[in-house]
Amino acid sequence: MWPTLWLLRIEVFYFMDILMDYICAFVTGGVLCVIAQILIDKTKLTPARILVLYVVSGVVLTAVGLYEHVVKFGGTGATVPLTGFGYSLCKGVFKAVDEYGFRGIFTGGLENVATGIVMAIVFALIASFVTKPKSKSR
Amino acid sequence: MESDNLTKLDDKKYEWMQKKRNQKSSLLKNCVMAFLFGGGFCVIAQGYKHFITSGIGVKFLGELDEAAVSAHVALFMVFLGALLTALNVYDDIGKHAGAGSVVPITGFANSVVSPAMEFRSEGHILGVGAQMFVVAGPVIVYGTFASVIVGLIYYLVSRG
Repeated sequence: MWPTLWLLRIEVFYFMDILMDYICAFVTGGVLCVIAQILIDKTKLTPARILVLYVVSGVVLTAVGLYEHVVKFGGTGATVPLTGFGYSLCKGVFKAVDEYGFRGIFTGGLENVATGIVMAIVFALIASFVTKPKSKSR
Repeated sequence: MESDNLTKLDDKKYEWMQKKRNQKSSLLKNCVMAFLFGGGFCVIAQGYKHFITSGIGVKFLGELDEAAVSAHVALFMVFLGALLTALNVYDDIGKHAGAGSVVPITGFANSVVSPAMEFRSEGHILGVGAQMFVVAGPVIVYGTFASVIVGLIYYLVSRG
């Protein structure tokens, strides 16, 4: 009986761990979005400017070493918002500079985010062929 | 005295107060919606990450290191955002979610796919091909530029 209970306890702990991952992702992602929402509502920044601001601040925060902690806490909650795009740009550059030296400065960033960008481009082209053109009045 | 105060509170002032109150409540409401939707997208991503790192997912993709996992998650989220945009669902989500639909990488996918669909009537080159990057272009340009600067500093520091 006791071994079974012991195993069950491990199972419960494992489950709690996973649940904690989800909660941390939810909260971190939510907070990043709320900051953007406040910026949109309170200042006259357009969403496009917010996106640029987020990516650049993601790069800078990663370079300073702060964003690593956010990623450790939030998991996908930190990597999915656009600050995470900057995070992976910056990580890519660091890794490529270590690996290739000077050339790495120019290849590292885009190489790391290319998966997402290429996926978006391919899908956008296919979607523009497949879907019916929308009426021009937005 | 009281009636005096009441008359002072004329229509214009009342309207202004009402407007201010609405603004406040709408900011709160927007923030709550942004929090819920933004967090929701991240939870979906976390679910996909869980899927590819345990159980059935490993059989398809094999054991992945950390960078590969985050690349796969980004790939999936971009795909999800693009699919929802192509199905005309994402705009409806965006009406409620506000920044919650802009900031996650699904919003980046939306900003690429949405103009591509919309400007099809202006041709494939200057319509679809050019308008695709109307929002994503600046993001990539400034992001890349920032990463090059950071890389240059890192290069100099690690050499010097």
